[in-house]
Amino acid sequence: MGKKRTAIVATGQTHHRSSRLDVNGIELINEAVVRCLEDGDLTIEDIDAVVIGNMDHFEGINYVDTWSIDGSGGFMKPTFKLTTGGTTGSTVGQSGFYLTASGMFDKVLCIGWEKNSESDTTAAITTAFDPIWDRLVFAGAIGGLAVEATKYMSEYGATEEDAAHVAVRDRTHALNNPYAQLRKPITLEDVMSSPMLSDPIKLLDVCPRTDGACAVVWANEDYAEKICSRPAWYHAGSVKHPFNLLGDTDLTTLVSMELASKEAYKKAGIKEPLKEIDVMELYLPYSCAGLSWIEAIGLCERGGAPRLVRDGVTNMDGELPINPSGGVIATNCIGATALLRMAEAAIQVMGKGGDRQVPDVETAVATGFGGCFWSDISVLRSKKP
Amino acid sequence: MDNIAIVGVGQTTIERNKLGDTFADMVFEATQKALEDAGMTMDDIDNVITTSNDFWDGRTISTMAVGDACGAGMGKNMSALEGDGTFSCFYGMTRILSGVYGTSLVVAHVKGSESENLLITNAIFDPLYMRPIGLDSLNSAALQMRRYMTKYGVTEEQCAKVSVKNHKNALKNPYAQIKKEVSLEDVLESRLIADPLKLYDCSPISDAACAVIIAGDDRAKKAKKPVWVKGVGYCADSYFLGDRDLADALALDMAASKAYEMAEITDPLEEIDVAEVYDAFSYMELMWYEGLGFCPVGNGGKLIDKGVTEMDGKLPVNPSGGLLSGHPVIVGGMIRLAEAVLQVRGDAGDHQVKNVNTALAHGINGPCGQSHCVWIVGR
Amino acid sequence: MHSGEGEQPFHYAIGRYGSKFLSEIRDNKQFYGIKCPKCGKVYVPPREVCGPCFTKMTEWVKVADEGKLYSYTILRFAFLDPETGKQKPVPYGYAFITLDGADTAFQHFVEITDESKVKVGARVKAIFEDKRYGKITDIKHFVIID
Repeated sequence: MGKKRTAIVATGQTHHRSSRLDVNGIELINEAVVRCLEDGDLTIEDIDAVVIGNMDHFEGINYVDTWSIDGSGGFMKPTFKLTTGGTTGSTVGQSGFYLTASGMFDKVLCIGWEKNSESDTTAAITTAFDPIWDRLVFAGAIGGLAVEATKYMSEYGATEEDAAHVAVRDRTHALNNPYAQLRKPITLEDVMSSPMLSDPIKLLDVCPRTDGACAVVWANEDYAEKICSRPAWYHAGSVKHPFNLLGDTDLTTLVSMELASKEAYKKAGIKEPLKEIDVMELYLPYSCAGLSWIEAIGLCERGGAPRLVRDGVTNMDGELPINPSGGVIATNCIGATALLRMAEAAIQVMGKGGDRQVPDVETAVATGFGGCFWSDISVLRSKKP
Repeated sequence: MDNIAIVGVGQTTIERNKLGDTFADMVFEATQKALEDAGMTMDDIDNVITTSNDFWDGRTISTMAVGDACGAGMGKNMSALEGDGTFSCFYGMTRILSGVYGTSLVVAHVKGSESENLLITNAIFDPLYMRPIGLDSLNSAALQMRRYMTKYGVTEEQCAKVSVKNHKNALKNPYAQIKKEVSLEDVLESRLIADPLKLYDCSPISDAACAVIIAGDDRAKKAKKPVWVKGVGYCADSYFLGDRDLADALALDMAASKAYEMAEITDPLEEIDVAEVYDAFSYMELMWYEGLGFCPVGNGGKLIDKGVTEMDGKLPVNPSGGLLSGHPVIVGGMIRLAEAVLQVRGDAGDHQVKNVNTALAHGINGPCGQSHCVWIVGR
Repeated sequence: MHSGEGEQPFHYAIGRYGSKFLSEIRDNKQFYGIKCPKCGKVYVPPREVCGPCFTKMTEWVKVADEGKLYSYTILRFAFLDPETGKQKPVPYGYAFITLDGADTAFQHFVEITDESKVKVGARVKAIFEDKRYGKITDIKHFVIID
């Protein structure tokens, strides 16, 4: 038993919207699950175990794994819930690798979802932080990220306009993705003239809040190629949560991403990420992250990202396209967001990206971000490890 | 299965209110104890899994409160499970079996003292159909107990015997919260909570943390006191109470069958030497006897009448005193597993059962035992 | 159709380390940090474990009520404060402050009447409330002093 090679063999997602009043959470989850099973020509009987994730306080449901059984397909199956904040989706996604690689299960269904319309997103995120030391001043994701952006810009002289290029890129890519929530083109001027929310972050710099779900099926090597002609094999991953109080964080770069990507590249034998990786789906919840964090992930030296982005290196036709799906700035159903990155990376490897397909993807990278400036990374490839 | 072992366990005392301790303080204590127990340092830990619940902790991303206390602050690869600790130990085990890690540290914490138990457990129920009726952990258990007694003719006295037994066992467990001998009359005459549940049928509100270290292959073989994992299974039933027959634990039957199959156990009553089961309420222990195959369905009451599960019986159940003597939710099942490990090692002190080769531990999740996880560990 | 609203009361324990910190603010207007015996880092606010070293900390260190702005933002959008259930008054200055003698940042309000002075690296000083209760709000806010 154990140590099996394993791959993502099917994906499914909802069409993402700001509010899905037509379904409850269980039905929303089921929509993604059904689409995922259809993608792999599977039935729920083929699934050996289910893992689900979200954040309780966005919907006010305690024990979500047991509550969602009818939608998830977990009835009379091994089922549990993982949750790590923004990284929930990738936490859930990576669990599918471990569970199938362990030999305990052959095929595992992993689900991330959120109905952000059901609560005040900023208030719910604020409760993620320490009640005594963080909550007095902390103001959800936007406030925390704004403090990071201020530090990064002050350190490297990057500008709000540099950041705006990231928002325009991702929103432009989203036009090719039928599932994305925000599918209206925007310009640099639109971003720059949008209302200031929390200096230096403006409305069009940040992700929306979304109702949506995503599911993927992992299968071990005994089944993967029977289900999918070009599975997305898991080659390496890393998860780093080095900080737990906001005041401890180093905001000049994303330390957790630096640690995680170095570890994963080493395991996957990647020496020059910009050259060797064909596409990246990065959890970039706001524009400035598209600068600072791609430095942390090793695409260029510190302070070099504004140039890289302005030169179009990360556009669809560039050397290393980032976020062909439109990324988080176009769609953000939080518990699903990082799993969408992993699913999109798998879709690109499988060659199922349609209008958003990057040609000849052999190596794809997906990341998650959340918690207290935490990161994780997964490397998926068309080649069996 | 003979390449995975539990190599260290640590638990805090279970108390009504550990006011001086934050979540992190409790987890740090349990983690240090587990490391010491295993003869390891944090450098020997390859990855970490926390177990917590955002509702019980009153914070979204509740794992964040304990990252530094269990090694995530050192940049260990980590994950976080919400649910009972037996499930997170399972995930910790698969992460080793995947070949990626050699060891997993799994921790769990809860402070029942910081929240309103009935509001938290009301939030387990569906917001549209069940929450407005006021369902919570107590009255839903009362419904289940009533259904169980009605369907199988189990009596209140038989349920009360579980409480008497477990309270008596707890007197010898240094970690137990309630150390008080209660008689059958005490239980039967205790205050009615939700008919037919009485005060001493119910577990208390508690604070505690627990930590378990799991190792594989060579790392397990080199361990000081390895206790081998023989089998594990988990399974979830329907959510809506009306979709299930609450008197039957089908998911437990399924989880146990899987664990027994792996452990090659065909006659659990004969082959298991001690069991630590999730006795959140007295009647539950009887139901779990049946789900675990210790007796035929409907015969849980008869099994306790015969004294089979007493300390000196054929299959002692909850020698630690179980959850009736201290019930840190989330942590509960992990403590059962830690106790099972101590029993196999012969390290359970005053509540040690003689000649334990094989022990069973059990955790539950969801309303009225919707989901179950069963572990078989042994020499 | 919507399902309604929910709320959950909690009684958070601040623990032994946090209690010492807030008592000193209340009684003596004195900031305390805690020092890691291994890496020497001084943490404010104090806690039991140094995460990177996984080491228990016991050495209390006095730190100044002055320091510099590590970073900041000015919150301008209205949002619900989960602690009160009401809209949080905006705008306000949200600051990460490295107190003199500390290695980590302490989060609090920074006064923003003159926004042009609010810059990364600016010197700031704590202003305390006259009546103090052992709460984080015993510190009114920080003001820019240069």
